[in-house]
Amino acid sequence: MTEWWTYRPSDFLLFSPRTYHRLFELYNESLWPVQPLVTLLWLALLFALWRGLAWAPRVATVVLAASWAWIAWAFHAERYADINWAASGFAVAFAAQALLLLGLAVAGVSREPAARPGLSLLAWAICAHPWLGMAFGRPWREAEWFALAPDATAVGTLGLLVMLRPAWRWAAWPAWIVALGWCAISGATLWTMGLPWALAMPVAALGAAWAARHGAKLKIGLRAGAQTRPGLPPT
Amino acid sequence: MHRRTLLQSLAGLVPAGWSGAASAQAPASRAIPSSGERIPLIGLGSWITFNVGQDPVARAACAEVMRAFFEAGGRLIDSSPMYGSSQPVIGQGLTKLGRSQTVFAADKVWISSGAKGPEQIEASRRFWGVTRFDLLQVHNLLAWEEHLPALLAMKAAGRLRYVGITTSEGRRHAEIEKVMRSQPIDFVQVSYNLLDREVEQRILPLAQERGIAVIANRPFREGALLRDLQRHRLPGWAAELGCDGWAQFALQFIVSHPAVTCAIPATSSVAHVRQNLGAARGTLPDAAMRARMAAHVAAL
Repeated sequence: MTEWWTYRPSDFLLFSPRTYHRLFELYNESLWPVQPLVTLLWLALLFALWRGLAWAPRVATVVLAASWAWIAWAFHAERYADINWAASGFAVAFAAQALLLLGLAVAGVSREPAARPGLSLLAWAICAHPWLGMAFGRPWREAEWFALAPDATAVGTLGLLVMLRPAWRWAAWPAWIVALGWCAISGATLWTMGLPWALAMPVAALGAAWAARHGAKLKIGLRAGAQTRPGLPPT
Repeated sequence: MHRRTLLQSLAGLVPAGWSGAASAQAPASRAIPSSGERIPLIGLGSWITFNVGQDPVARAACAEVMRAFFEAGGRLIDSSPMYGSSQPVIGQGLTKLGRSQTVFAADKVWISSGAKGPEQIEASRRFWGVTRFDLLQVHNLLAWEEHLPALLAMKAAGRLRYVGITTSEGRRHAEIEKVMRSQPIDFVQVSYNLLDREVEQRILPLAQERGIAVIANRPFREGALLRDLQRHRLPGWAAELGCDGWAQFALQFIVSHPAVTCAIPATSSVAHVRQNLGAARGTLPDAAMRARMAAHVAAL
């Protein structure tokens, strides 16, 4: 691509805001009434994580992995790719994220003691982020449900990653990169379309990064002496 | 007042039963230099507006835009594999309207591998549902050294009628000129409007010199130009041209340049497509009026 410096983000926007909104409306129409059931499931998982139940981190990670796989196929490959030729690449990235999260779960994960920032972000992703559009006048039929739509799922994944203590600490970094990368891509897309909730994605990303750096221990083994076995309640 | 709001207000004044069909007067046309075939001055672009995916409601709306376009005398529709689902949406509309054989089908090849060009072109042709394309253009000059020979071979074999190249937003003009001087192309597509007038210096004169037809893209800067202009009153002297609004004012400026063969505004509105074709029925401005139009907009 010559003269790359002359291109603006809007040059890569292939569709109108109306088409983008209809994408979610038709997607939701095809899934209904699965959405409230999935939300109830995640509220239960959120509660279990908050209570520090031993099985909760691993189960939540596996269920989230399934969500990324679902979105890779049902949203990106089957729908978004119709209007955005980059969505085929997004599908691959989301599928890879599903494998990364599954790998983390298989290797073993527990919950950090200082889980409040991660719990808060996950709660936001489940309960509030899907309805941002409605707060700005969009119809509820266009809601971007957690675990079924990419944006809320990426935000919630950041929340989960903040509160997780994986057995393979280094293995969490790729998962962070994919989730943060989606926040950047989607935020740029929403911003280019002039949607008022465009800042939600980068703000969530920055919040998660801050929480990971300051609110919880780094996942690369900076916590000296920690001997908690994965899967057991945090000490 | 926003153009859409004004049109909706005026629609309320239309007598019941009026079909809203276009004026009986055919839109003005211009000859393609390499063949003498005449095409209407106003065509239809499909960037963003026709990329509506599988949405049946939106696809039906696009077909209605196409219906209004054809009824108003339009012929040339322009698209590209880069435009998402625009090609199959156009194809669905052409089939529904029975226009697959009468449309002037202008598409592009957009792939970095010359070897994969024919496969992409065939996929595009199936999306359109046409027997062959009238015009194929190398989109943004991507791999033009490989694609142009293939397109020229298609033309020689009768599988294509015209060959062209495209660019937009003022990019790669030097390379565009180089291809125009060295290759036997029929069309060049560039950005040209009331504010983006760089092509007047070299490319438009070169097109006239070389007998190359010119398609003007981004006539409204993807709507931004119209939004800015609509904050101002249309000058009273625009009535001399028969302009009913800034869209026709902008289009008349473009297509009145003697080198321009066709402008391709994109729209998702039936009212707007009729209005756009109306620009080809008014009195086209002469050189003095064109200068006056450009100066007026530049001063806003």
